Amino acid sequence: MIYLEHYLFLAAIIFTIGVLGIFLNKKNVIIILMSIELILLSVNINLISFSVFLNDISGQIFAMLTLTVAAAEAAIGLAILVVFYRNLGSIEVNKINKLKG
Amino acid sequence: MYLYSITFYIFSLVAVLSALMVISARNPVHSVLFLILSFVNASGLFVLLGAEFLAMILVVVYVGAVAVLFLFVVMMLDINFVKLREGFLQYLPFGALLGIVLIIELGILFLSKSFSENTLSKFVQSPQINKVENTKLIGQVLYTDYFYLFQISGLILLVAMVGSITLTLRDRGNVKRQNISSQNYIDANKAIEKKKVKLGEGI
Repeated sequence: MIYLEHYLFLAAIIFTIGVLGIFLNKKNVIIILMSIELILLSVNINLISFSVFLNDISGQIFAMLTLTVAAAEAAIGLAILVVFYRNLGSIEVNKINKLKG
Repeated sequence: MYLYSITFYIFSLVAVLSALMVISARNPVHSVLFLILSFVNASGLFVLLGAEFLAMILVVVYVGAVAVLFLFVVMMLDINFVKLREGFLQYLPFGALLGIVLIIELGILFLSKSFSENTLSKFVQSPQINKVENTKLIGQVLYTDYFYLFQISGLILLVAMVGSITLTLRDRGNVKRQNISSQNYIDANKAIEKKKVKLGEGI
């Protein structure tokens, strides 16, 4: 029988894979953005499984908000990526030091 | 119940494996395709949970919009992706250590008794979720209780749209564009100049 813990552990695994993806692919912005999508997916799995197992619909509403934010984030991130590629001809993250931060 | 468990394990196994392939594939196009596979499997899990509306929304929004956007960008940019993978093996031991620590901590947290069915049952307030179908229930609360949240998510999408258009819009100086008002207000007398040219000489 599948309980809430199974879903939570699955979400934890996907979250860890997302964090690892950010950590390992330090140069490739596209993979980093995809890892952020994976992390948001794991958050969605958490929200929806809590919503179902607690019999409360508000978790699914917040999952929809997360989905919206993820779509907006992907659009903005890819726009920044395209502008960056147009200016520098490369998308290496460690070359982004124009602001001297 | 066995069928439910088997379906859960198949969907979650494929989701986890394709998520692993997302971060480890050599070709970013393959990464995007594995991301799509992962999302489709997650939406299968949502159907299994009984959240059909969000499962369909996940397929429409992620697979239909976000992943296709990723595919566009990956194929549009001409990047040497082999060079971008240089640090991968260098960070792998430390990254694996970090991942194992993270997964053990999250596992201890989530597999503890505090998230079991008996502990959670006292928090259950309104057992209405199984009575009405999922989409109808979301529609009932989304436009009433969570109306401001709905409006704010629309505003977020608007800001994202305006932001990405302003970021990528550019004026290229050497492109000749049609200027309709100057075409309309052109004067025929000024546009053509008549000159007498003598034979055997230039202007």
